[in-house]
Amino acid sequence: MSNPIADIWVYLAATPLLGLTLTLVCYQIAFAIHRRLGMHPAANPVLLAVAMLVAVLLATDTPYPVYFDGAQFVHFLLGPATVALAIPLYAQFERLKKLALPLLVALVAGSLAAALSAVALGAMFGASRELLMSLAPKSVTTPIAMGVAERLGGLPSLTAVLVIATGILGAIGARYVYRLLHIEDHAVRGFAIGLASHGIGTARAFQVSEQAGAFAALAMGLNGLFTAATLPLLLPWLESLFRP
Amino acid sequence: MLKALTLLLLFQLAGEILSRLLALPVPGPVIGMALLFLLLLTRGGPGGELRETSNTLLSHLSLLFVPAGTGVLLHFQRVADEWLALSVALVASTLIGIAVTALVLNMMIRRGRRDEAGS
Repeated sequence: MSNPIADIWVYLAATPLLGLTLTLVCYQIAFAIHRRLGMHPAANPVLLAVAMLVAVLLATDTPYPVYFDGAQFVHFLLGPATVALAIPLYAQFERLKKLALPLLVALVAGSLAAALSAVALGAMFGASRELLMSLAPKSVTTPIAMGVAERLGGLPSLTAVLVIATGILGAIGARYVYRLLHIEDHAVRGFAIGLASHGIGTARAFQVSEQAGAFAALAMGLNGLFTAATLPLLLPWLESLFRP
Repeated sequence: MLKALTLLLLFQLAGEILSRLLALPVPGPVIGMALLFLLLLTRGGPGGELRETSNTLLSHLSLLFVPAGTGVLLHFQRVADEWLALSVALVASTLIGIAVTALVLNMMIRRGRRDEAGS
């Protein structure tokens, strides 16, 4: 007296098919909502899709590793997509060359401001050391951030979540910052959002214009390099300031 | 499509190998991006196929973050325990990062223009 539906469920739950299909379906529903709301940044497609997936996984009592068995195929494409950012970067090369010095100065200022303000505010509100070290690299793209967090003594898998949250927050909040500060230039808008919120900010920037997208991609790459090189040296010093 | 995708994977692989070999703190795909950029510079730009494939990939960039984001499931407890510090730090630092970058870049560009006009 076996229950056929339960049998099918047991079979499907053991294959990657379900996790992969679920990711694509949820994302497309999320994107349709995003579009229906006039691409409003607050209806961020990553946020909506993650919320739906979490609800489904909780409702079906599916552990994350089982889901990830299928979703890893989507996750894997982050690698080639990062490489592909070279193409829009190349398209903006002339403008980039002219702005080399301003971009570098903005990179150093923005990168330090994002990382240090995160750690300082976290410490002020009583975050644990593990959380602080997981927070520090959250503005850079997932693989770099996870590597840096590991070296600092944070939790890489928590960092991945904080990175995504930062990306979503930047994609939602950037327009209000730009409005407040009267920032009009798409190159500046793109560079700032790519620096502070990596790939998700870059995805948002590409929706605005190709120029914004290319500058976001550049900022994401540069901040990845800069953060990976400086944060492991800088943080032990900063920590000694906050925790005497 | 297939050729371009293979090319992207080859550059990722080359980046991955370089990153391990030289013990760089930068992950393979970012080095792969830099290498491909250098190739484009010497070649004078991407072919149509590469441009199309990269457009397709990048137009769905958001999708690629969904699996990692769903990992929040693993950290519900910690997020619940430290929600205040976490939300203040995340929201404020992201907006501060964007504001500082945009202001500094804007200021530097304006100064550059003024120097150009003055010289």
